[in-house]
Amino acid sequence: MRTEQQDRAASAVELRRVSKSFGPVVAVQEFDLAIRRGEVLTLLGPSGCGKTTILNMIAGFEVPSSGEIRIDGKPVTAVPPYLRDTGMVFQSYALFPHMDVFENVAFGLKMRRLAKGAVAAEVARALEMVKLTGLEGRRVRQLSGGQQQRVALARAIVIRPKVLLLDEPLSALDKNLRAEMQIELKELHAKTGLTTVFVTHDQGEALSLSDRIVVMNRGEIQQVSAPIELYRHPANGFVASFVGEINRLPPARCTLTGGDAVFELAPGLSLAVPRRPELAVWDGRRVNLFVRPEQMAIADASSPGQACVKVRVVTHVYQGTHTLLRVDGGALGLLQLRIPGSEVIERAPVGSEIEVTLDLAQAVVLAD
Amino acid sequence: MSPIFAARLRAALFWGPVGLILLYMTIPALVVVMTSFSPSELLEFPPAGLSLRWYARALSYPDFRNGFANGLIVTTFASTAALAVGSAFAYLVDRYSFRGRAALEAVLSSPLIVPHFTTGFGFLLLGAELGLTRSYAIVIAAHVLLVLPFVVRSVYVSLKNIDPRLERAAANLGASPGRVLARVTLPLLLPGMAGGWLIAAILSLTEFTASLYVTEARTQTLPVAMYGYIREYSDPTIAAISALLIIATTLLMLLANRYLGLRRILAIDAH
Repeated sequence: MRTEQQDRAASAVELRRVSKSFGPVVAVQEFDLAIRRGEVLTLLGPSGCGKTTILNMIAGFEVPSSGEIRIDGKPVTAVPPYLRDTGMVFQSYALFPHMDVFENVAFGLKMRRLAKGAVAAEVARALEMVKLTGLEGRRVRQLSGGQQQRVALARAIVIRPKVLLLDEPLSALDKNLRAEMQIELKELHAKTGLTTVFVTHDQGEALSLSDRIVVMNRGEIQQVSAPIELYRHPANGFVASFVGEINRLPPARCTLTGGDAVFELAPGLSLAVPRRPELAVWDGRRVNLFVRPEQMAIADASSPGQACVKVRVVTHVYQGTHTLLRVDGGALGLLQLRIPGSEVIERAPVGSEIEVTLDLAQAVVLAD
Repeated sequence: MSPIFAARLRAALFWGPVGLILLYMTIPALVVVMTSFSPSELLEFPPAGLSLRWYARALSYPDFRNGFANGLIVTTFASTAALAVGSAFAYLVDRYSFRGRAALEAVLSSPLIVPHFTTGFGFLLLGAELGLTRSYAIVIAAHVLLVLPFVVRSVYVSLKNIDPRLERAAANLGASPGRVLARVTLPLLLPGMAGGWLIAAILSLTEFTASLYVTEARTQTLPVAMYGYIREYSDPTIAAISALLIIATTLLMLLANRYLGLRRILAIDAH
């Protein structure tokens, strides 16, 4: 059993009841978070949720209105940015336009008054890590977006910061490059082991890059979980709908019978699911059911016993590996299904009436 | 109406007015330059022939030579002093909010409102009071004041064009505020400062109204010497020296544009 003391010592960064207001606008409220040494922690939320403000407060660009920030166990709330030893990658990269690649990466080392030879060796090592060896003499303006991104990364990691801060670093890249950089970021983290705080509004990026995700909304933490846990067991309706696609069914009354849990969604429309221990708390209460598009399928002979509803097909959205099927479920509202392949476009044309199954055993149940 | 005719009509409707505006803007300079090549003793337009004799006279005329040398002295000191003061002001106004900031901005642009002869007259009276009458110091002081708004504007625009995230990035990498200024802000500001200096130099070199009050025979600048000349003589020498001044200024502007990018200095970019 770990003590709280040990946990504190293991934290690379710690925010204690941190709040930040800009005039009357509360950007961050009573934020409590311990970032573990070596982990990739993502701050995920819609724009304006306060995630960038948190990052700026860790870097020292913003001063909390109240609360305390610690890096490596030492309070830094009043320490200016240049003495904090954090490495930040900005959304726009913010490379120095009057310096070449080498000078950009060497900047932090020169500020630390490293000897010339050591600077050259460290820069070479960092550029090799981001696969930019040979571009030392290039002007920043001559680099592609992806290369600028790598220079920004090299510049931040070369100083071996106590924490690496990434502010939506992939958002300026096109889609293919973004996927490539996601993989490289993962590899880079494996090589450096740097404690990393990653800010994004892209749930896909968050799920694929993080050890833990902090979902934020309106300056407050909604949930802190590992990606799989977050996707499977969102803590509330906001998290459920923000992380991944999900269908929110209308409020239902949950009644436990002998072997089933029955959700009455509308008069005459009830769905039953085999009883599970964790459903016991919902007996007799109004709940919201959330079903992911991949947890629904078109009913066929192989799916007896599953909850089944009649729907009308509204549109198909073909996406290569799968097809999104939007259907009108009557009292259930509009629902989205994710069906592998494209056969469904032929099988269930627009306007046709079909039966679909909902895998309620996987569904998320939350209080209404 | 055929499409070709329509296109020609559109071109004519565009180039006609544009050509007229260009002509209007350049015609005084054209008349002066053409007159400068006149072989005749008289200021006449159009000239009857082609001669360089007035250029030879302009370049050898002692008052013009002294005036130009004086102008260089005044310009060098005035533009440099204006650059130092103006940059500091621009930095202050851009980076800090303080009581009286709006008032400071207004005062800094006041030379655009106060007529040059008022400024010149004021410095003449002030110089007399301080015992500096018609010294270089008083000429330079007047010129600093006159060119200051242009320097401030140029540096201010350059400051606005610096991405504040660059300074944050430098601080994040361990640069103290002083080193951020020395390693990032100032180097990025340099083109704007050089451009501001050059504009100040051109304005100072060609300034006449205020200079007329604060200079005397020993310290007079080229425009004042030119005014003195035209009061005594009426030959094309004055046209020749004017043409030389136009050419020199044009060259300076072209150089500035080539190496500093005046577009960047005179307008705020979108990031």
